[in-house]
Amino acid sequence: MSSAAPGRFDFMRASKDAALAAIIAAGLSFPILALRAEPDIDNRITLQGRWSWLFIAAAIAFAGRFVLALLNVRPRRKPATDEALPASAYRAARFIGPAGLALLFVFPLAMFAALGPQGSLKWIDNYGIQILIYVMLGWGLNIVVGLAGLLDLGYVAFYAVGAYSYALLSTTFGLSFWLCLPLAGILAAFWGILLGFPVLRLRGDYLAIVTMAFGEIIRIVLVNWSVVTNGDAGISSIPRASFFGLPFTAGPNGFAATFGLKFSPIHRVIFLYYLILCLALLTNFVTVRLRRLPIGRAWEALREDEIACRSLGLDTVKLKLAAFALGAMFGGFAGAFFAVRQGFVSPSSFTFIESATILAIVVLGGRGSQLGVALAAAVIIGGSEILRELDFLKQIFGEDFDPTQYRMLIVGIAMVMMMNWRPRGLVATRAPTIALGERRAISGALVKEGHG
Amino acid sequence: MDVFLQQLINGIALGSIYGLIAIGYTMVFGIIGMINFAHGDVFMLSAFIALIIFLALTQFLGLSSLPLVFVLVLIAAMVLTSLWNFVIERVAYRRLRGSFRLAPLISALGTSIFLANFVYVVQGPRNKAVPPIFTDVIHITAGSGGYKVTLSYKQILIVAVTAVLLAAFWYVVQKTPLGRAQRACEQDAKMAALLGVDVDRTIALTFVIGAALAAVAGVLFMLYYGVVNAADGFVPGVKAFTAAVLGGIGSLPGAVLGGLLIGLIETFWSAYFSADYKDVAAFSILAITLIFVPSGLLGRPDVEKV
Amino acid sequence: MHRDPLLTVEHLTMRFGGLTAVDDLSFEVRRGDITALIGPNGAGKTTVFNCVTGFYRPSAGRLVLSSGERFDAAAVDALTKSGRRYSRQDGLFLLERMPDQEIAREARVARTFQNIRLFTGMTVLENLMVGEHNPLMRASGYSLFGLFGLPQYRKREAQALDHARTWLERIELTARADDPAGALPYGAQRRLEIARAMMSEPTLLCLDEPAAGLNPRESAELNELLRDIRDERGTSILLIEHDMSVVMQISDHVVVLDYGEKIADGRPDEIRNDARVIAAYLGVEDEGEVEEVEAALAAGQAR
Repeated sequence: MSSAAPGRFDFMRASKDAALAAIIAAGLSFPILALRAEPDIDNRITLQGRWSWLFIAAAIAFAGRFVLALLNVRPRRKPATDEALPASAYRAARFIGPAGLALLFVFPLAMFAALGPQGSLKWIDNYGIQILIYVMLGWGLNIVVGLAGLLDLGYVAFYAVGAYSYALLSTTFGLSFWLCLPLAGILAAFWGILLGFPVLRLRGDYLAIVTMAFGEIIRIVLVNWSVVTNGDAGISSIPRASFFGLPFTAGPNGFAATFGLKFSPIHRVIFLYYLILCLALLTNFVTVRLRRLPIGRAWEALREDEIACRSLGLDTVKLKLAAFALGAMFGGFAGAFFAVRQGFVSPSSFTFIESATILAIVVLGGRGSQLGVALAAAVIIGGSEILRELDFLKQIFGEDFDPTQYRMLIVGIAMVMMMNWRPRGLVATRAPTIALGERRAISGALVKEGHG
Repeated sequence: MDVFLQQLINGIALGSIYGLIAIGYTMVFGIIGMINFAHGDVFMLSAFIALIIFLALTQFLGLSSLPLVFVLVLIAAMVLTSLWNFVIERVAYRRLRGSFRLAPLISALGTSIFLANFVYVVQGPRNKAVPPIFTDVIHITAGSGGYKVTLSYKQILIVAVTAVLLAAFWYVVQKTPLGRAQRACEQDAKMAALLGVDVDRTIALTFVIGAALAAVAGVLFMLYYGVVNAADGFVPGVKAFTAAVLGGIGSLPGAVLGGLLIGLIETFWSAYFSADYKDVAAFSILAITLIFVPSGLLGRPDVEKV
Repeated sequence: MHRDPLLTVEHLTMRFGGLTAVDDLSFEVRRGDITALIGPNGAGKTTVFNCVTGFYRPSAGRLVLSSGERFDAAAVDALTKSGRRYSRQDGLFLLERMPDQEIAREARVARTFQNIRLFTGMTVLENLMVGEHNPLMRASGYSLFGLFGLPQYRKREAQALDHARTWLERIELTARADDPAGALPYGAQRRLEIARAMMSEPTLLCLDEPAAGLNPRESAELNELLRDIRDERGTSILLIEHDMSVVMQISDHVVVLDYGEKIADGRPDEIRNDARVIAAYLGVEDEGEVEEVEAALAAGQAR
């Protein structure tokens, strides 16, 4: 890079680099950004020029590169690894857990008190429940990816199995949610074992690819096996959640009437919120508990060095299957919850991009870290909900502008940047499961990420 | 029999496209041991670039000579797609070499998501259909049951272009210093660097070549189907990857062979079994190959070191 | 004194494609012995190890681990004919039929690796606890009892913790118990890997070049550790070693390999004077190794 002494700013050099970046940006964006192909009314495709976009892209590249030079941030040539955060950060982290938990319990009530039944609905439903579903999915996948070190790119399949289990069992046999919930978990775990069995011999990226293929196969089957799944149209009028038998309806036998409340849809939403919160906390409890048991330590050992595990007599096949099944089971629970919340399931909710999002949550949060995963879910899912709120941007960019389209675009960029900046995620350290003295966090640089 | 012949022709044309994309996967895997998840989306991007250049040449500049347009589109798509992949390698992968093993894979996944959504955002969600070109067909047989086996000019063009470019590519890899440097880096990047091979440059060139071949596939894909969509990177990408795995990942002839096989399997499966489940066929082959013959048809077996 | 063999290697052959790495090798590891497997680079020592520990499946030959008091040839033949892999009640194990994890779990053969394989991101203590995984897993009711925190598991865990403490003291790492294993200096990592293998209370401990990369002081400590393991724990040891001073000082029995074949087999003082062994070592091109051998031989004779 620059031959100038560190700290001295070489204006000519920076300008040259920035100009080069601008030219490359212009070259990249030349056809794809500057010209838009759009079918007209006669379905004849025509080009519309948008040359200003090209200049904007070039200008952004120029400015970005120049600012980087100005800040004297040089791309490191050594492979990216993490430096540990300062010790104070870990001391602070100890309080985030309990404080966050208290906040989660108070959240819907506080929202309700502050904004009333109408105003709070959106916050509890779109933010609270939506984020918690992904926290739970992230924690479930964390068992497989974070602890056992098996890269699973088809996790959404188990989410789908759970959702369709509840949808089919309740609509066909009229089973209640509370009965279907464990069944959905068991069925998902069963599928986890079924799919896990053939792939356990695979190592590395191959496992990721095969799990992705399985996830897609399950989705394609859901689309095409119309007799059972009703195909793309999905299954609707799934029984909604009831308060232990009391339906959330306006009728005299409903929840509101029984408790002498004025009927409001918010009751059900608050109930669903606490339901998913409990499910997520169950996932967390089981994971934290298992980590301190032989099975959890064995999973982590498996992630560190599978050959050494075999030399110590660990039954690696059973351990991997257990991780797969357990992760799948929590995915199944989350799926059943998804179905009871929506009252409708269709294959379009279980695409590869969902698997990628859940994996992104685990990776960005820090594989193995419960807190990191929860934070990442809040940022990614909460962030994309916030994008919905940015409707005012339409006044700047025109009516066609839809901020939600940018959600996955930003997630993609975030994944790349995170890998460059902190490849082990937000919380990169590992807490020991047992200690003679004080438990000290282990730097992420020493923790391995598994071979599969 | 006629149906069989027709599917054979269709399968080879489709397989050529998969083979071209598969080379990009196999070369990158060979040299840095990474599955370039974004490669399918680079292919999709190249189809869009081809589409736009094609429209620009015919609508803005009013060129009417189709062969000339085709050659210009091919060159422009190859150059611009290579530039994209060059930048992608620089931004998303280079610094992650030698980092945690999963870091490049996840970065590639992020790049894939970014590219698909970038094209979706800037070009819109609708299918883009191009006016049909090279529509002539040759009738091979006038079958008894009224079934006509046809060989279209498009299919001839696809196979011819693929063959010519593969020959050129083969020459580069086997006979030039670049190809030698590439094979050296494949064997042992550290040692190659010590012997004066510019590893960074060799890897960058690998990405450029892979992208150029994917761009050819993109142009041919646009020509063949006449329609592109931002979501079109994923499934062809997976199929091409399947082709690379089936042929033996890391093996260049294997990638081409695998591509042809996948193309044939897909067309025959659609014709004789179920078009709805044709993607299941590809995904299943991927899973079955990786589980039972991970070294593929022409690959070297991987021995576990203790 | 004659003792029955713990491990009997009969006609072991291992081929990789066209290459024969080990050819018709037979030797015995007697109970309570430290047996050394030596030979020039590429002689096939690690291949023998990988066959014994199940990481490779031998092309031919029989590997019998007999953990009972007496070696019962008739019972071994019966087991071989029966087609079973092992008989727990007779304490007989046909290692060539068993996969690696089963060998470690059932036949109780533990091993270390040439390039140390610790769980670097886990603490020293955690590494040791993983060594005792199988009994702990059973005590936790395959995680069910453990999940609900039943006292039965807690007692067993405390016991394992005590076991780990004694090993921590023995390898002088008590102060670093809560540090990640990857942060330890090289010599300590070697000791930890041995202790981790010992946590599973093996009958046979296989060590692949345990003294490689150790300085003389660490090497001497290692000798003492291995003698303790043999004398106090009653664990037999099979080791591969290049460092002749280690081999000559601590081993009770030496097997010499060259090009996959056994060229000598006997007590260290017999091996020291064996013409074929000297020729095999002097025949190698590595000057350093030759000097090492000569020095070691001289040192041995002087004592």
